Amino acid sequence: MSEPWWISLIKAFVIVNLVMVAFAYTTLLERKLLGRMQLRYGPNRAGPFGSLQPIADLIKLIRKESFFPSSAIELPYIVAPAISVFTAIAAFSVIPFGAGWHLYHWHINGEIANVSIALIVVFALGSLGIYGFIVGGWASESKYSLLGSMRTCAQLVSYEVSLALSVLGVVLMAGSLSLVDIVHKQGTFVPYAGPQVVGLLCFFIAGIAETNRAPFDLPEADSELVAGYHTEYSGMRWGLFQTAEYINMITLSALMVTLFFAGWHGPYAPLGPLWFFLKLLVVVSIFIWLKATLPRLRYDQLMRFGWKVLLPVATINAVVTAALVVAL
Amino acid sequence: MPQPLDTIKGFGVTFKQIFKKPITQEYPEFKRPVYPRFRGRHRLHRFENGLEKCVGCSLCAAACPADCIRVVPAENTPDNRVSAGERYARIYEINMSRCIFCGYCELACPFDAITLGNEYEISEYARDDQIYTKDMLLAPPIKRVPVADADLYDTPIPFYKEHA
Repeated sequence: MSEPWWISLIKAFVIVNLVMVAFAYTTLLERKLLGRMQLRYGPNRAGPFGSLQPIADLIKLIRKESFFPSSAIELPYIVAPAISVFTAIAAFSVIPFGAGWHLYHWHINGEIANVSIALIVVFALGSLGIYGFIVGGWASESKYSLLGSMRTCAQLVSYEVSLALSVLGVVLMAGSLSLVDIVHKQGTFVPYAGPQVVGLLCFFIAGIAETNRAPFDLPEADSELVAGYHTEYSGMRWGLFQTAEYINMITLSALMVTLFFAGWHGPYAPLGPLWFFLKLLVVVSIFIWLKATLPRLRYDQLMRFGWKVLLPVATINAVVTAALVVAL
Repeated sequence: MPQPLDTIKGFGVTFKQIFKKPITQEYPEFKRPVYPRFRGRHRLHRFENGLEKCVGCSLCAAACPADCIRVVPAENTPDNRVSAGERYARIYEINMSRCIFCGYCELACPFDAITLGNEYEISEYARDDQIYTKDMLLAPPIKRVPVADADLYDTPIPFYKEHA
């Protein structure tokens, strides 16, 4: 079952680039879909149907001056965006996207790293990613940035509890923390979206809050506040924060597909990655749909909902699932 | 009170919008017709015999709240007759980057020599290009902007604008 290290390396390289491309085109998908939902066209100038818009945006961001506030603390200010992007991309390494293939006499696994505690790795990397936001906001030496990063951290820390608790049901049912095992279990049983529908809802809502998306996009709240933790960032450093946010969203969607919708399983097994991609596309579109529909919550509503509604529901779901797993 | 049913209805509304035709007017290809009384780029006018209507009285410059008009008059002489009156505008400049298109200049003008046209595509890459000289203002109008049919609107077109 093991594969030589250089295959893993090639796979890692390919996946990182695929994730970056997916990020670029998620921004386009979001702008297009949001536009159509608001009776607009969205970007349609760069290339056919605006298909080159992400590349134009990238070139613009790279060429733009990366403003450096004179009072900012240099090292953390520069490192912070890199931390958040690194953790966002690294979390993707444990997500299985296929059944695995045989090529000549080598075996290629359907994931970069088959870790027995993959789920914990994802959550650990997610928590580390918060450091990027804290450090970035703090190092900018600006009141807006500091307040923004505090806002972000309070939200992320609150909702991470519910997020982790909501997947506990799935872990209990599968009896494993390895995402590969969880997907295999769902292939032989049913997708856990059925028996774990409460867990799915909790995971989804907590996931929206965790990735700073509407209606929980308090950390940025474009239409109300100064940007948030990335107030003092511009150019590609700001772009890296955006990259981290979108990749976090993609990773979370991928995690949702893996945990609740049977990952790469589909009618025809060798097409695994395609099924995975299609499910991912649907989940990401739902994220965008939410952004177009729901108004933003107030901050006290956000906190009340997180601690008083979501956390108890996720806890009860985990307890009931545990009881049922033991009883049956 | 949270109203879950209405929230779910909201999802239906946003989803339905996807299949409707966007109402966007795509500007450079489609130019929305301007109103007949639209106030755009200025024009200076001549009589049929070729003489300029402007007599260099500077009333427009005095009326201008943005102070964007500069007029330097000179005397007409028998061998250099430019305008119908005693004097003419030797220099007539409008700084379009300052102009607020209020139309006070055309109200102030006693000879209907200056009116505001329909042109609004007057962006330039350099600020210096925003200063319009007399020759540019006297030149025949550039018809790049469609004008809506005046009969569609019940506001009367002022005489000085119609017969300019």
